[in-house]
Amino acid sequence: MAAPMPGRPVAAVAIGASTGGVEALLQLLPALGGESAVSVFAVLHLPRERSSLLAEIFAPRCRLPVRDVQDKDPVLPGSIYFAPPDYHLLVDDGPQLALSMDPPVEHSRPSVSVLFESAAAVYGPRLLGVLLTGAGSDGASGLQAVQRAGGVTVVQQPADARMPQMPEAALACMTPDHVLTLEEIMSLFQALPCEACA
Amino acid sequence: MNAAPPSAEDVELRLLVEAIYHVYHYDFRHYARASLRRRMSAAMAHFGCRSLSELQGRLLREADVFTELLEYLTVQVSDLFRDPGYFRALREKVVPLLRTYPSLKIWIAGCSTGEEAYSMAILLREEGLLERSLIYATDINPNALRRAEAGVYDAAKVPDFTANHRRSGGHSSLSDYYSAAYDRVIFDKRLRRHIVFSDHSLATDSVFAEVQLVSCRNVLIYFDRELQSRALDLFYEALCRKGFLGIGLRESLRFSSHADAFAEFAREDRIYRKVDG
Repeated sequence: MAAPMPGRPVAAVAIGASTGGVEALLQLLPALGGESAVSVFAVLHLPRERSSLLAEIFAPRCRLPVRDVQDKDPVLPGSIYFAPPDYHLLVDDGPQLALSMDPPVEHSRPSVSVLFESAAAVYGPRLLGVLLTGAGSDGASGLQAVQRAGGVTVVQQPADARMPQMPEAALACMTPDHVLTLEEIMSLFQALPCEACA
Repeated sequence: MNAAPPSAEDVELRLLVEAIYHVYHYDFRHYARASLRRRMSAAMAHFGCRSLSELQGRLLREADVFTELLEYLTVQVSDLFRDPGYFRALREKVVPLLRTYPSLKIWIAGCSTGEEAYSMAILLREEGLLERSLIYATDINPNALRRAEAGVYDAAKVPDFTANHRRSGGHSSLSDYYSAAYDRVIFDKRLRRHIVFSDHSLATDSVFAEVQLVSCRNVLIYFDRELQSRALDLFYEALCRKGFLGIGLRESLRFSSHADAFAEFAREDRIYRKVDG
């Protein structure tokens, strides 16, 4: 398969993953170049204790800075944000970061769908939504919202995912722009055209 | 970011919160948009409305619809001793200073269904301060206040409550404070005697008492900067000199006009102390 492109520059990337997500993101996020100006938001379902370690794990391996998430912080270009443990992470007008303690969605807090829907409302067609490995079905309805808002949608090939359920749940209710292996998503990230670098 | 024209949904949302304010006097106009959007779409699904305009039409004509909608707009889930580190810091660092007051008033702002108010009462009981304390626990949702007052929680949550309580430095057994019945637990009336649950809005009401400690956690995240500033002004006014303010672990005081009047007291646990005024 040829290296797929989102087709147009994006301002932000929203990524969701559950089981196997840390390993997958350890391949993907370092692929983003240090000169990239995209803002990256990631929701990983993890036990509380482990998710507070995400910045420590990722910061030394990524060329983009991993930033601490504080409510109402302005979203900076060329930055990576992880949803903090036990809060939903949302993108609000501005764009700025927003947090919520609303009930779990699809048994998850943070929830991938909550992030995707909020980012879709703010970025519209300038968003790339990526749904990766995981058990459960979180993220499917959110990725649909990304698509409805005109954003680019990518689902990891179920056969390539450590846990195929999350990708399968999305594929059962929508046709994303791309269904890709992790390797292919990596090359997409390496060549990601972003607004500010265009 | 280029200024795009507002979407139909954004305009509808603005009009809807205006309508709620005019008719029902609940002010959501300065709530953070992202959460408001999400809560409203959950409500739309519940009421079977295809647009916010349709929901607004029903809301203007049916008071029952608003009562139900309020549940969607204020829904929050909490635990007893949520963020045990915060309660440990209160216990180890703040309580020794609170002991110096002959009587104590504490304000839990945005108490929702009461978990934090009961946690505070248990902590004060353990530290021997409850008898001289009064806890004001306020919220805008009358249903949540009724549930808080009842002090009844799902027994399935008790293991988490107990683990949190232990990690907060609790030195009694949590089971001393509730009785279990079927799948529920009910908290002791002797705790409740020291808690006044009442209706209060950080968006529209003013200060009602002088207090030594304000605890307002994970409430500011639902407000925009302007409303955060208003709420923090109220806390500043309510606090006595050298009083304490505790906020959520991801929240800050930076949008307060009185930010300089608060010194970090327990930084990691987001506890501040009023330094002048």
